[in-house]
Amino acid sequence: MSLKKKISMTVNGQLINAEVEPRRHLVDFLREDLHLKGPHLGCEQGACGACTVKVDGQIIRGCLFLAVQADGSVVETVEGLTKNGTLTDLQESFMRHNAMQCGFCSSGMLLAAAELIEQQPKATREQVREWISGNYCRCTGYHSIVDAIVDVLDARAKGQKIKPVVANA
Amino acid sequence: MKSAAFDYVKPKALQEALSLLEEAGEDARLIAGGQTLLATLNMRLSEPSVLIDITDIAELKGISVVGDSLRIGALVTHTEIEDSELVAKHAPLLKAAAPHIAHRAIRNLGTWGGSLAYGDPAAEWPACSLALRATMIIHGPAGERRISASDFFIDLYTTSLEPDEILVATEIPLASKQEVFYFHELARRHGDYAVAGLAAVAQKQGDVLSNCAFTFFSVGATPVMAKKAQDLVNGQKLSDELIAKAVAAARAEIEAIADITNSAEAKQHLIGVLLERGLKHMSA
Ligand SMILES: Cc1cc2nc3c(=O)[nH]c(=O)nc-3n(C[C@H](O)[C@H](O)[C@H](O)COP(=O)(O)OP(=O)(O)OC[C@H]3O[C@@H](n4cnc5c(N)ncnc54)[C@H](O)[C@@H]3O)c2cc1C
Ligand code: FES
Ligand code: FES
Repeated sequence: MSLKKKISMTVNGQLINAEVEPRRHLVDFLREDLHLKGPHLGCEQGACGACTVKVDGQIIRGCLFLAVQADGSVVETVEGLTKNGTLTDLQESFMRHNAMQCGFCSSGMLLAAAELIEQQPKATREQVREWISGNYCRCTGYHSIVDAIVDVLDARAKGQKIKPVVANA
Repeated sequence: MKSAAFDYVKPKALQEALSLLEEAGEDARLIAGGQTLLATLNMRLSEPSVLIDITDIAELKGISVVGDSLRIGALVTHTEIEDSELVAKHAPLLKAAAPHIAHRAIRNLGTWGGSLAYGDPAAEWPACSLALRATMIIHGPAGERRISASDFFIDLYTTSLEPDEILVATEIPLASKQEVFYFHELARRHGDYAVAGLAAVAQKQGDVLSNCAFTFFSVGATPVMAKKAQDLVNGQKLSDELIAKAVAAARAEIEAIADITNSAEAKQHLIGVLLERGLKHMSA
């Protein structure tokens, strides 16, 4: 059975029309059909968070959501959120703290962290650790990831921005 | 892994979904949040021929106060419960429990009804619904039926839902001013399923608790009530001695089942640890 379904959605601000097999999950659709390689696949069972993307403003597991379910939705990936500046502070802070090694987990970490900063602007270090425990870092870079997020929370609380590591020439 | 192929339909109304379910029979699966279903499909533990996506059905949505009950639609997500002011006011146990369900990305999609219908004995909602004496509202080919949470959870991943039925909503009596509650789970990592957990509710007057519901999860094939411990505590002045008796009673009456990493003995012990903490918390 390969009956395809017609779907349309907005991905990173662009209207997309496509035909997909119902079994195709959202991240396969984004990676294989739209060539957006930001969202990664690890476990494909909801455990690792590498596939985290935003649908209609909320983070979700892209491996536990079908492309057909996203019909009519607004989808955002790390690519789009980088371009529109949503993640700038977090990205600068991740660089400052060297909060990545191989970078496989980073797109998911950034999206999860961005939702935390939005939902719980007063989160404590302990709450940051709890929140981010849903995203696996295979390089075990948690300490620096937590440091990076806590710095952004502190800066936001003071109404400041994270200074870029490299000056924009 | 990738799932096997299936067809997909998205009805707009409850009646339509029920007809589709009846037509497709055993081969169909309802999909709500998909946070359990899609993981099992990806692992090929299940190969349904068609998914019936119920997320467009308005009758299954929303949290509202109806008479003296809080009505929670089956499609209400874990996040909506976590963030709802109505829930915080009328069923505060649920607000306390919500952050323990997986992680935010999963809570954003996973639903109240999906969790109850799946009937995982390690899940938070079945235990909470039992402690809060919820009534399940179910629709099937014969119309509506209502069943109490205490009759709903039958066995491991088994509820009284028939394959052609849909859980529409749940009604929970509004919390009274005297209501006290305790929610705690012992887990290896925040967001993981509990090794053992307790959802407890009681009415408190002075230092006397009554109408107690002590519901344990992740210890048996379904969420379980410690009925003897409840009877001991109901209407009595709480003392260290009474707490010790209740703890012993709960350990004796619940037969814990081991899981992959934890022995039955360890869980039996934790039942007592949780109840002691809970009673101290609720009587403080
Ligand atoms: C990594 C991970 C960690 C998790 N950790 C936890 C946890 O700590 N605690 C916890 O409680 N859960 C946990 N879950 C499960 C999660 O909470 C699910 O969302 C929930 O159990 C199922 O809800 P759903 O809406 O996603 O259901 P679905 O996956 O859509 O459906 C589950 C089952 O219920 C049936 N169903 C769904 N809705 C209805 C309805 N209205 N009427 C009749 N049948 C219906 C479906 O047909 C299916 O058989 C976890 C999941 C993942 C992936
Ligand atoms: S790939 Fe989706 S959670 Fe691991
Ligand atoms: S940096 Fe390698 S997985 Fe996290």
